[in-house]
Amino acid sequence: MAHLTHIVDDQEALPDAADEKRLLQWIASVDHKQIGIMYQLMALLFFMAAGILALLIRIQLIKANNHFLPPEVYNQFFTMHGTSMIFFMLMPALIGMGVYLVPLMIGANDMAYPRLNAFSFWITLSGGFLLFFSFLTDGAPDAGWFNYAPLNEVNYSTDGINYYCMGLLLGGIGSVSAALNFIVTILRLRAKSMGLKEMPLFVWMILITAFLIIAAFPSLNAALAMLLLDRMLHAHFFNTSAGGSSLLWQHLFWLFGHPEVYILILPAFGIFSEVFQVFSRKAIFGYGFVVASGIAIALLAFGVWIHHMFAAGLGNTVNAFFAASSMLIGVPTGVKIFNWLGTMYGGSIRLTVSMLFAVAFLIEFTIGGLSGIAFSIVPIDWQVTDSYFVVAHLHYVFIGGSLFGVFSGLFYWFPKMTGKLLNERLGRLFFWLFVIGFNLTFLIQHVLGMMGMPRRVYTYPDLPHYTLFNLISTVGAFLMGGSVLVLLYNILRSARHGAAAGADPWQGYTLEWLAGSPPSLKNFEKVPPITSPRPLFDLREKENKNAQ
Amino acid sequence: MHNKLMIKLFVASEAFFFLSLIVAYIYFWQAAHFNEEALKHLSIRTSGFFTVLLLISSLTFYWAERSHRRGGSKAKAWLIATVALGTIFLVGQAKEYYKLLGERVTVGGDEFGSSFFTLTGFHGLHVMVGLVILLVLSGLLLRGMPLRKDSDLLSAVGIYWHFVDAVWLILFTLIYVLPYFFKL
Repeated sequence: MAHLTHIVDDQEALPDAADEKRLLQWIASVDHKQIGIMYQLMALLFFMAAGILALLIRIQLIKANNHFLPPEVYNQFFTMHGTSMIFFMLMPALIGMGVYLVPLMIGANDMAYPRLNAFSFWITLSGGFLLFFSFLTDGAPDAGWFNYAPLNEVNYSTDGINYYCMGLLLGGIGSVSAALNFIVTILRLRAKSMGLKEMPLFVWMILITAFLIIAAFPSLNAALAMLLLDRMLHAHFFNTSAGGSSLLWQHLFWLFGHPEVYILILPAFGIFSEVFQVFSRKAIFGYGFVVASGIAIALLAFGVWIHHMFAAGLGNTVNAFFAASSMLIGVPTGVKIFNWLGTMYGGSIRLTVSMLFAVAFLIEFTIGGLSGIAFSIVPIDWQVTDSYFVVAHLHYVFIGGSLFGVFSGLFYWFPKMTGKLLNERLGRLFFWLFVIGFNLTFLIQHVLGMMGMPRRVYTYPDLPHYTLFNLISTVGAFLMGGSVLVLLYNILRSARHGAAAGADPWQGYTLEWLAGSPPSLKNFEKVPPITSPRPLFDLREKENKNAQ
Repeated sequence: MHNKLMIKLFVASEAFFFLSLIVAYIYFWQAAHFNEEALKHLSIRTSGFFTVLLLISSLTFYWAERSHRRGGSKAKAWLIATVALGTIFLVGQAKEYYKLLGERVTVGGDEFGSSFFTLTGFHGLHVMVGLVILLVLSGLLLRGMPLRKDSDLLSAVGIYWHFVDAVWLILFTLIYVLPYFFKL
């Protein structure tokens, strides 16, 4: 092994991605910055793949009684779209941001277990590829992203479900190992003077998310293992015709599935907490409240899963309890919205693209949050469950929340990762196209849902307004698709010809801006004493004082 | 190093995994003939014997760890004893499986078969992983790998091994003992 290890020269630059000879170096890398960037590239790849599936779905729905896609292919497409967006796009994007930034933000030179870190990435990527290999069998998974029993059993599905199980198991192992790595890194590798109360909020949110992951993913992994046993060895767990229980799958899945929603939103909350501070030139309003409400969300996340099962018929007592807990979990989320509004209040706001996404998030996520609260009221849930209202709601939280977080973080940290600024003009174009397209696509779906249009049905009859509203939705989807091309062009162009960023283009507050852009292989020579969550702000204040 | 913290978190995550499988087992307990089958096919004596052996293996590991910490020379011998006891436990489990398959209790047979083999099978897998770790560790020590007295390597492995034992204690109670007292 000795010849593989390589003594790091202090100022050695991070190998360049464009250098083809270094490809092997990237594949073999255990450096958290390179792995973090590879996570982003993976997310981008699956974002494109799952995005194309979404566009095909929208073409099918462009008019009534359309036959562009056969029903069985339609089922596979919406299943693959949801599954890959959640597990192989949002998860790697957010975990990857954590992998890149957590060591930098806490003044460490790498994660606690660099090789485990590389393992987490590569096994997640393998899981994603395995899922897409299912297209080469008799069909991709076709039972929806939550894969309800008995639709997931052999008699009712394609072989793709086997790939769903294996792919998600691999992805799950990757997420759990990354989470373990995060917790040890954050608890043990912080700069000496950084107490928990001096930790940047992004790091706090990653820490909370990591605990959610290690508690939530095991129940998914167990359910997937049982389902594989059902399908391969004819076990009886979820096979309702042989004494199995479809309800057990729902419980195990949502016991994972609801915390998963928070796993996808808390890191985004962390990103926004940093972005709002830097672009309002103010410290966060209520640091303690942001942290405490994050912890409250994580604890409550395990007590709300039945609200996905209100229509399953578990009885009024159960439904009432989970209706109450679901309304309760809206409170800490609401607290955070006020933290961010308070941060902006009286600040000197710079509307960079990163900040634009953060501000848009406040509006879009609140819409998604409100429709979420509506769902916690059982009679409303019964009325609109499994309709396009659900589709609209979940896209407002996943896109308006998590994805806007990823975009905001991308524009904020791209200069750190590459040393080049993303073009702001192109960024603004992308922002407006995307946000307009997004609202055009999904706002109208609330109405379609209330009119009774069911989700996951490949076509619809020519009822009044259905065709027009779906056409609007499809046009919006293509606007989003077009805007992503602008983003891609921006990334490719800026990575080569973008303006040089310098170490600290935004006058940032956290330690990553102390390192170079991109940071050298070893992140820090020396970390300044840390007395607040904004060490660089303190440093600048001190310098100003000394200068006077 | 941070190995102890790491393994504690890992074990916590594994506990949630077993919790899901245990919930499934209890859920299917209410199936027709589940309890009767457990009573008819499982031998509390045989499995009780192997349970005691597994518990002793926790003790031998503890002695290995203590001997190493005090700079004694018996650590390797205790480690090998632990491996031996763990192996005997797995052999016992294999013999039990063989007997059950002969009695036509299978994963695909009925709810009892599915839940029993899944729950005990995943535990057996964890014992096996533990044995691999222990074998690598004793092999390295026998070949003279230096290990500092205050190294947390042994304690980290120990936390995993004791966890696997503790899970078995719960499974033994649930699968072999409780059917005598309860019927869901």
